[in-house]
Amino acid sequence: MAKETNFFFDFPTLPVEMIRAFKKSTDAAYKGFSREYGDLIESFFNPLLKFLVFWEKLLVGTPWLVIIGVVCAFAYFGTRSYKIVIGIILSFFFVGYMGMWQDMMESMGFIIVATIMSIGIGIPMGIWMSKSNRAQAVITPILDFMQTLPPFVYLIPVVMLLGIGKIPGLISVIVYAIPPMIRLTNLGIREVDREILEAADSFGATPSQKLRQVQFPLALPTIFAGVNQTIMMALAMVIIASMIGVKGLGQEVLRAITNQYFTLGMLNGLAIVILAIVFDRISQAYGKRIQKHRSGDAI
Amino acid sequence: MSNNKIEIRKLYKIFGPDPLPLIEKVNNGVGKDELLDKYQHVLGLSNINLDIPDQSLQVIMGLSGSGKSTLIRHINRLIEPTSGAMMVDGQDVLTLSQNELLEFRKNKTAMVFQKFALLPHKTVLQNVSFGLFIKKVDPAEAEKKSMYWIERVGLLGFENRYPQQLSGGMQQRVGLARALANDPDILLMDEAFSALDPLIRKDMQDILLELQSELKKTVVFITHDLDEALKIGDRIAILKDGCMDQEGDAVDILMSPKTDYVKKFVEDVNRSRVLKAKNIMQNVSEISKDLLDGQSLKVKADDVIEKFIDRVVTDKPNLVEVLGADGSAIGYLSPSRLAEILRK
Repeated sequence: MAKETNFFFDFPTLPVEMIRAFKKSTDAAYKGFSREYGDLIESFFNPLLKFLVFWEKLLVGTPWLVIIGVVCAFAYFGTRSYKIVIGIILSFFFVGYMGMWQDMMESMGFIIVATIMSIGIGIPMGIWMSKSNRAQAVITPILDFMQTLPPFVYLIPVVMLLGIGKIPGLISVIVYAIPPMIRLTNLGIREVDREILEAADSFGATPSQKLRQVQFPLALPTIFAGVNQTIMMALAMVIIASMIGVKGLGQEVLRAITNQYFTLGMLNGLAIVILAIVFDRISQAYGKRIQKHRSGDAI
Repeated sequence: MSNNKIEIRKLYKIFGPDPLPLIEKVNNGVGKDELLDKYQHVLGLSNINLDIPDQSLQVIMGLSGSGKSTLIRHINRLIEPTSGAMMVDGQDVLTLSQNELLEFRKNKTAMVFQKFALLPHKTVLQNVSFGLFIKKVDPAEAEKKSMYWIERVGLLGFENRYPQQLSGGMQQRVGLARALANDPDILLMDEAFSALDPLIRKDMQDILLELQSELKKTVVFITHDLDEALKIGDRIAILKDGCMDQEGDAVDILMSPKTDYVKKFVEDVNRSRVLKAKNIMQNVSEISKDLLDGQSLKVKADDVIEKFIDRVVTDKPNLVEVLGADGSAIGYLSPSRLAEILRK
């Protein structure tokens, strides 16, 4: 015994050797697992990679005028506001003029794929959760865990398993961005007025008719709030994902941080903000349009 | 075969985790409050027996908490009973399998709700055809039927509006049209007019009576309003704390209330405004010969007393003659009978 330990000031711990052994053996087991199954899992995600590459190529390969036209068309049909359309044109011109067009297209493709995947997985999960209290009891703490665990921590196992690249980046973005999608789908369906459900029951509607005709449409505004949140969180995650090889605006920001290029960081950060505002305005506008029946105005 | 459309037999509903053993306690006189205090169960319905004749309009009346909404939900089994039988057309609804129950709801019953319960994301037309959509009726036919009922409830021109754009009265017309478009045998109306203004409510009552005289559905109508019950009900059942207090037609309830609860209800009712000539008329055998030969006043069967009482007072007829739809006498009222009815 070299040192005197005081029970009240030094927290009782496992012996250092045991902790080291625990860490070592867990890491070794995981490494073994990833060596064994890494290729298999990678090939499992291959279709996803193709999907992602398809979107990136589509956005990068399309003439910039066409892209601006399409985004403006979406914005106009969503908001019916010329102000927003003009704002989008000006800010996209700014991004392009400052030489960040291709990076922004790569990020945009990445966000679109992450959002599509989050919706595709999140909505069925949310529906399942709304139908079963047991599912809700199990999934809720998992979502809490996903939302509070620092993203850097779950980057480690993903990278160990799949290496550096687009897919591990995409997976970590989805893990980060999907919880609001699941939560708000569940909430939206559970919030549907009981008397309206009773009315559907009284007409002999089956559970699936109730879901498609009543619960899902009435939950749509809440679900859309989830889509909007998911997009915003995916955008926020773009920079962290760039640390494991996702290209686009995030990578430039990362380069700016490591080299202390203030202006480069500022410009690319601005481009991310622009992307976020555009996505936010358009998705919110569509969310509001679904609720048009809630207003008393003639349509 | 009786001509009862619905027969409710020994129906009990006790809300709580373990209700079955408590039925005996309720039978032995444990009341609603005691059941809640001692056993933490809520008494919904206790030993309800009721026959509802085919094509009649049965009102179920009671204050809030009396179990009337619980009772109506047993007819289409939106609520499962603790024990008892609910016979509709001789078939116990409570023994139906899940699929049979869905078929039963699609074809036999339709419900109108207090707060309308329309689908806010669907137009009036889509709402009215909702039941037909669930039944997978051909869309063109469903639209034709729905448009007919939209016209019948006076909403033509509003079929492409959304419910939120309509007033309360109009929304409930949509609710009524939605139920009728399904062409059910049984129409369940759960405080259907309670949320409406008095004037609109009167309109809706008149619409219902007019439609009922033509359609001859079996209607079960829930209300907490005695005037409404007396106006539209062929028969009235009064519920209190989950128990049936009295059951009968308007005259029974008004003229011979059985319990203090019912007495309190009918105390302030203006009988001359509620009772119709046909409700209180007498048979020819009950009238003495000399009255029949004398001068008489002719009134229609559906006239309320108020409508002809002034003429009885001024003209002093020997007898009031009640005329049916074809103009022939279907009954009589002697002045002494009238006086007896109006005396409180």
